[in-house]
Amino acid sequence: MANLTINGKTFTLDVEPDTPLLWAIRENAGLTGTKYGCGIAQCGACTVHMDGVATRSCGISVAEAEGKKITTIEGLASGSTLHKVQQAWIAKDVPQCGYCQSGMIMAVAALLNEKPKPTDADIDEAITNICRCGTFQQVREAIHTIASA
Amino acid sequence: MNKHVSPKMNRRAFVIGTAAVGTGLAIGLDLPFGGPAVVRAADGSPEVNAWVVIRPDDTVVIRIARSEMGQGSLTGLAQLVAEELECDWSKVTTEYPTPGQSVARKRVWGDFSTGGSRGIRSSQDYVRKGGATARVMLIQAAADEWKVPASECTVAKGVITHKASGKTTTYGRVAEAAAKLTPPTEVKLKDPKDWTIVGKGLLRLDTADKTTGTMVYGIDIKLPGMLNAAIKDCPVFGGKVKSFDEAKITGMKGVKKVVKVGDSAVAVVADTWWQAKTALEALPIVWDEGDNAKVSSETIAKWLAEGLDDAQPAYVGNKNGDVKAAIASAAKKVEAVYNYPYQNHATMEPMNATALYTTDKCEVWCGTQNGEAAFAAVLEASGLPAEKCDVHKVMLGGGFGRRGMTDYVRQAVAIAKQMPGTPIKLLWSREEDMTHGKYHPITQCKMTGAFDADNNLVALHYRLSGQSILFSVRPDALQNGMDPAAFQGVAQSGEAALGYSVPNLLVEHSMRNPHVPPGFWRGVNVNHNAIYMECFMDELAHAAGQDPLEFRRKLMGKNPKHLAVLNAVAEKIGWTTPAPQGVYRGIAQVMGYGSYVAGAAEISVTDGSKIKVLRIVASTDPGYVVNPAQVERQIAGSFVYGLSALFYGGCTVKDGRIEQTNFDTFNSMRINEMPKVESVMVPSGGFWGGVGEPTIGVAAPAVLNAYFAATGKRIRSVPLRDQNISFA
Ligand code: FES
Ligand code: FES
Repeated sequence: MANLTINGKTFTLDVEPDTPLLWAIRENAGLTGTKYGCGIAQCGACTVHMDGVATRSCGISVAEAEGKKITTIEGLASGSTLHKVQQAWIAKDVPQCGYCQSGMIMAVAALLNEKPKPTDADIDEAITNICRCGTFQQVREAIHTIASA
Repeated sequence: MNKHVSPKMNRRAFVIGTAAVGTGLAIGLDLPFGGPAVVRAADGSPEVNAWVVIRPDDTVVIRIARSEMGQGSLTGLAQLVAEELECDWSKVTTEYPTPGQSVARKRVWGDFSTGGSRGIRSSQDYVRKGGATARVMLIQAAADEWKVPASECTVAKGVITHKASGKTTTYGRVAEAAAKLTPPTEVKLKDPKDWTIVGKGLLRLDTADKTTGTMVYGIDIKLPGMLNAAIKDCPVFGGKVKSFDEAKITGMKGVKKVVKVGDSAVAVVADTWWQAKTALEALPIVWDEGDNAKVSSETIAKWLAEGLDDAQPAYVGNKNGDVKAAIASAAKKVEAVYNYPYQNHATMEPMNATALYTTDKCEVWCGTQNGEAAFAAVLEASGLPAEKCDVHKVMLGGGFGRRGMTDYVRQAVAIAKQMPGTPIKLLWSREEDMTHGKYHPITQCKMTGAFDADNNLVALHYRLSGQSILFSVRPDALQNGMDPAAFQGVAQSGEAALGYSVPNLLVEHSMRNPHVPPGFWRGVNVNHNAIYMECFMDELAHAAGQDPLEFRRKLMGKNPKHLAVLNAVAEKIGWTTPAPQGVYRGIAQVMGYGSYVAGAAEISVTDGSKIKVLRIVASTDPGYVVNPAQVERQIAGSFVYGLSALFYGGCTVKDGRIEQTNFDTFNSMRINEMPKVESVMVPSGGFWGGVGEPTIGVAAPAVLNAYFAATGKRIRSVPLRDQNISFA
């Protein structure tokens, strides 16, 4: 059993303590917006916010996540108002297949939280997600658009 | 294709319950014999024809048979239909018909296959006609209602007007009547110069859900009572399961069943996938690895190298003059050997499919690049007839050719068949995905160029040795044993023709097929052929003491379209003006998938081994550009896929198995390694070429040629990872 606070809601989940947070979120809490890409903290598809920090949820256990405030892509918007990153992603048509984009958006949202006007170097350092479709050019442009708004 | 499918008209309502997954469609097909044949969508709205459903509120539902995997053709195809339909783009939405429905309706939606950059180019004609036909019928319905000649009515944005009487109506109001009309047998398509929707960089139709986590991919399917399966196939291709000790894991939490899948794989079925995977890892499995376990990258390389020897048999793909004589009598000759490795597609979403098998029905939910191939796989794996099977397509988390294969679909059905009545979601781990791919084929190439005393290129011998994709995937497409696709980019004519004229030319392929299964991998044979040819062209130019661009131009007089894109990148990158201090340039061109592409790179190199790709200029002539914003994204994305392949993409073989198991050993480039990509679109019209793949061909050679300009060193082996060269 684990008690997790996800998107402001408390979930009591029947999982082993060493279950990766990613799978508890996807399979036990039923929030499938967070994606599996590698399971070894390499690709960033599973990125969520843990107490506001971008975290690869495949790389930590539910035991470690207990007591933390977890936000997934489903909880990024405030009510019906999309987060500015989601809005920019739509306006700039960033996603291709979209599979990596939940993680990409969560990583970018965390970056902008920390640095509202990131430089290209800041982006290079903070955004290390894999996108096999190759949306990087649009990702960078969209970040700068948000920053200059 | 679809040999196994015998199309059969089916009178029963074809209501497919996809509500559970929140996407897809449910069509009630009502096809009575004789009566008014109005076919209705699930919500009761009439089909004007197979491509167009119009709802009473004027929403236009456009049917898309090809698959969306990020390449944007769902939006592009909708643009083509909407252009001819003259509807209001803001009211357009799309849906996928299922392959089962298509087969039941005599393949009314045509080919579902989405590969070879064919999504738009090979269906543009009939989908535009679908839109035009619907428009004619809708106008006719309004004219009938007003009792005026249709020729006096006009339409714009879905509003029909009869000017003389001042009457107007909308598509939504006349759709019901239009659906009862007999379709016109001939329609005239618009002149491209009159396009208002096609040719515009409109936003994609499928973006919003991809930003909120609500888009459903195969991995996200949820069905009532569903269980999850993890699978392990024999690590050595061609090997078999000898035994497994089920007792060791039967008590584990959530585990429901252990099943053999075919003769080479074992799957664990559990409540959750994490439980299934954990149990599978604890399951002792004994494999019969067979003789292939003796194969390694070294043995493959040695076998391929033997194929470079002229004494070995080879298929001739392109030939003129007498290469051997011309080389023998040449003033100077240049020779080089290149090679290209196995590469995994590494789609972000690992392979998966969900299957529900009962004794009289088998349904599958999955991302697939070819709905009909997946459907045929379901028929075969389930043993049920066409009318009892269907495939519900969902968004693909990347395809790149991998999801044109149906191995994962067959596996899901094979597992579900052993648990009738229970939906089973099979998901491959990344490790399973990396080690059981359908790899970019492995090749080597020996090239010999010969010059006369005036440094004119008089002969070129291009001898390829290595794997054929068609031999493994579509042996029916071989021509007397020869794989014509092996010559993509260096062919005599057709959609992937060589852009150079050399008086004595011989392009040949010594086919050698190791046991590692190959597959169509974004760009396919263009990728290595473009590296070999374009890097060697650069070598020849330097051997002749000529500028690489000028050297090429002289050989391209008979190929003005190839030349035009090359000129376009040369001009945009400023080839004739010196590059900034410390910046070096490389250039390349190729034709593939019916399109002409060229690329130029600007790089800097530190310590001879750290490459910063600063800027890319890429030009393409695909005939027509349906959505320039999406073409631009495909071009930029091609450099991510192509440069990831160049720097990181190598799968090596040891003891018969692939050594790389995840992104830690099979890396992919990140945003910090991404160059600025500038696209130059020069559509010349009169033909339809593909977009998703051709550009990949020029990514690697443009950078490799720039690397030579910077260092004076030729790299003839991919990936750069293995040459100790990395991104700066
Ligand atoms: S799935 Fe967590 S980083 Fe890849
Ligand atoms: S959009 Fe497809 S992997 Fe990033």
